[in-house]
Amino acid sequence: MNQENLKNDDALQSREAVIEIKNLHKWFGEMHVLKDISMTVRKGERIVICGPSGSGKSTLIRCINRLEEHQRGRIIVHGVELNNNMKNIEKIRADVGMVFQHFNLFPHLTILENLTLGPIWVRKVPKKEALDTAMYYLEKVHISEQAKKYPGQLSGGQQQRVAIARSLCMKPNIMLFDEPTSALDPEMVKEVLDVMISLAQEGMTMLVVSHEMGFAKSVAHRVLFMDFGQILEKNTPKEFFENPQHERSRLFISQILH
Amino acid sequence: MDSKNQPSKTVYAKTVKPPVIQIGPIGWIRKNLFSDWFNSVLTVITVIFLIKTVPPLVTWAFVDSLWFSTGAECHEAGGACWSVVTGNFRFIIFGFYPHDQHWRPFLAMILLAGLLFYSQNRDHWNKYLAYGWILGLFLMGLLMKGGILGLDTVESTQWGGLPLTLILSIFGLTAAYPMGVLLALGRQSRMPIIQSLCIVYIELIRGVPLISLLFMSSVVFPLFLPEGVSFNNILRAQVAIILFTAAYIAEVVRGGLQGMARGQYEAAESLGLNYVQTMRLVILPQALKIVIPPSVSILISAFKDTSLVVIIALYDLLKTTQSTLTNPEWMGFSAEAYIFVAMIYFTCCFFMSNYSRRLERELNRSNR
Repeated sequence: MNQENLKNDDALQSREAVIEIKNLHKWFGEMHVLKDISMTVRKGERIVICGPSGSGKSTLIRCINRLEEHQRGRIIVHGVELNNNMKNIEKIRADVGMVFQHFNLFPHLTILENLTLGPIWVRKVPKKEALDTAMYYLEKVHISEQAKKYPGQLSGGQQQRVAIARSLCMKPNIMLFDEPTSALDPEMVKEVLDVMISLAQEGMTMLVVSHEMGFAKSVAHRVLFMDFGQILEKNTPKEFFENPQHERSRLFISQILH
Repeated sequence: MDSKNQPSKTVYAKTVKPPVIQIGPIGWIRKNLFSDWFNSVLTVITVIFLIKTVPPLVTWAFVDSLWFSTGAECHEAGGACWSVVTGNFRFIIFGFYPHDQHWRPFLAMILLAGLLFYSQNRDHWNKYLAYGWILGLFLMGLLMKGGILGLDTVESTQWGGLPLTLILSIFGLTAAYPMGVLLALGRQSRMPIIQSLCIVYIELIRGVPLISLLFMSSVVFPLFLPEGVSFNNILRAQVAIILFTAAYIAEVVRGGLQGMARGQYEAAESLGLNYVQTMRLVILPQALKIVIPPSVSILISAFKDTSLVVIIALYDLLKTTQSTLTNPEWMGFSAEAYIFVAMIYFTCCFFMSNYSRRLERELNRSNR
């Protein structure tokens, strides 16, 4: 894969903004977990968010499809503002795919049923078409032979690839990944990252909470470093990992590198 | 040695069978019955107890027993008097239902048994089966009540015995289960009014015995009705049973809902499923599976609780048995009669719990 080609996207800055976050604040009870976050994600942009645990990085991307409610500030996805209007929330959720740390597949449904549930019930796609789409994405994540099995019969890495395919079946424009590889056994990390890299090659807009340095270096346009509920550093992956600016990020990188 | 660059060969340990210490029946007896002195004493006591009790019981029930005789003959004999059952069989089973029309409740029960048997197989669960049930229940009502198609009308006051018990149970359980699920969902609701209504309902119903609900429905409730208006007694008992059972089911289902991982809701939400879809497609199928065992024990106890309708003068299976025994001819043979009724109840309950175990096993197999 040509790494430089993947990221050398001069036109990125002139592309339309798909996610705009302005002065976002969030509290869990008394705890101030997101403090005045502002950022813009452009079409096709790939951002890796890292930071120590409890820094608010997961909360930030969970706010984008309303798994968490923000209390102040604005989030605008494709021109639709995220507020209490259920219509808006549904519109945004249909447009934004999410991959979880613990996969969250539906254990009572087969792999194929997991993949077709959303398209059939939310997008009202005919069953035949939903099945075709499902098989297409299962092949894409190299797991089509498991279609009739149940999630419990698959390894962690396979389950996570199914979860990615499940999100893709909804034809989202933006994909959010919440620590997609941190619950996996080490030998399964690569198979999931490979799927994510091929997704990146196709130009998917991606926000990834992850500490996978190799992944960040090869596909991310930007790395955001978060701590104490704030974005402390925005940098290119190369600069961030080799020459971090903020003292917190320097400490963090020295720790993940041991 | 020049094995330096060679990868070292792994020597695998040989697989051997576990040591055989004791096998065969002698081994089994030693291991399970006489493993230590305490166990041996228990075994001896049990054997003595069985020798003392089983032969007399067998003699009473089978050797000295009378099966088809009059009550007077029974009073003279020493053994069990099964004649009390055989002689009053039709009354015990069908109550005061007109004698020449007994084929109707009988046919209704056959229909019910057939439906239940067909529904056992999960492959048959589809919307046609649901239509089949609606049609079947309607036909059963028609058979019992009559009034059209040349069938004589049989007022529900004459219904009794086993058909009544089965009607109260089947309608009660099928109506109570969905209602219990709705109550459980309501109790989990984020809307405070719905939530508190459900909590008040559940706690209120669970706080009173079924008997008092039955009394209320048959004695207190009519006081509020305008003069001349009356509700069918069976219907009132039925409503009381449904309301009562639903509250218990609600609490069991709530337990299952709380056992669901947060991630399941989040995954469903992030796919864009709405509340009803999330519950119907993702949460309830899993939660209800978790609560199969406690649900079945509620269903079993609800089935047995239908016998409480005797206190509002309905002639269910237990009451018909009891009134047989008030007949001077059969007085004193309550053991035989109640053993018979107990066997009917036991058979039904045994099938329920057996089926629930099978269902659980099948569902588990498909999920793992």
